[in-house]
Amino acid sequence: MTALLIEIVLSVIVVGGGLFGLIGSWGMLRLPETMQRLHAPTKATTLGVGAAIIASDIQSWTFTTRFAWEDFLIALFLFVTAPLSALMLAKVHLARNLPAGSVPPPLSGVWATEAADRPQQGAPEDPLQRPD
Amino acid sequence: MILSTALAFAMGCFALALVLNLIRIATAPTLADRILALDTMTINVIALLMLYGARTGGVSTFEPAVLFAMTGFVATVAFCKYILRGSIIE
Repeated sequence: MTALLIEIVLSVIVVGGGLFGLIGSWGMLRLPETMQRLHAPTKATTLGVGAAIIASDIQSWTFTTRFAWEDFLIALFLFVTAPLSALMLAKVHLARNLPAGSVPPPLSGVWATEAADRPQQGAPEDPLQRPD
Repeated sequence: MILSTALAFAMGCFALALVLNLIRIATAPTLADRILALDTMTINVIALLMLYGARTGGVSTFEPAVLFAMTGFVATVAFCKYILRGSIIE
C-alpha cells in the first residue's frame, strides 16, 4: 500500500518534471524577444531537471538498496549555475544586440557591461607584445 | 507499472525537448539564443540520464551527469566570456 502511494507520488513528480522540461524548450522556440526567451530554459527547464533528479533519488531510496544521495549535489549545482549562465547570456545580448542607452541608466556612473564588455573597435592592445 | 509508464513519458518529453533545442540552434536569430540552446541541451541530457538511471534501476548515472553539468556550465561561461571580451582567461 505504501509502495503504491510512493509510486503514485513519484509518477506525478516525474510527469510534471517532463512537462516542465518540454515547456522550457518550447518556450525558447516560441517567445518573441531574446530577453523573454532567456526566461523559459533558465526557469522551467531547471525546475523540470530538479524534479527528475529528486524523483530518481526517491526511487532509488525506496525500491533499491542503493540510496544515491549524491544526486542531490547535481540538482544543487544546476540550481546555482542556471542564474549565472542566464546573467552571462543577458550580458552577451546587451553588448551585442542592443544599442547603447537602450536600458535605463544606473544611479551613478555607467553600467559595467557598457563600460567594459562592449566589443572594442580594432584589436585590443596586448600587454605581452608592448616593448617597455 | 505506473512509475515505468511515467518515466517513459518524461523521457519522451525530454527527448522532444532536445529536438526542439536542435531546431532552435539551427534557426537562432542571435548568438545569445544559440548559446542558450546549447546550455539547455546539456540540462535536458542530464534529466534524460537521471530518468534512465531510475528506469533501469541500480545503474549509477551520477558520473556522466556531473560531467555534463560541469562541462555544460563552463562551456556556456567560456562562450559568453569569449564573445564579450575576445579572450577567455585574461
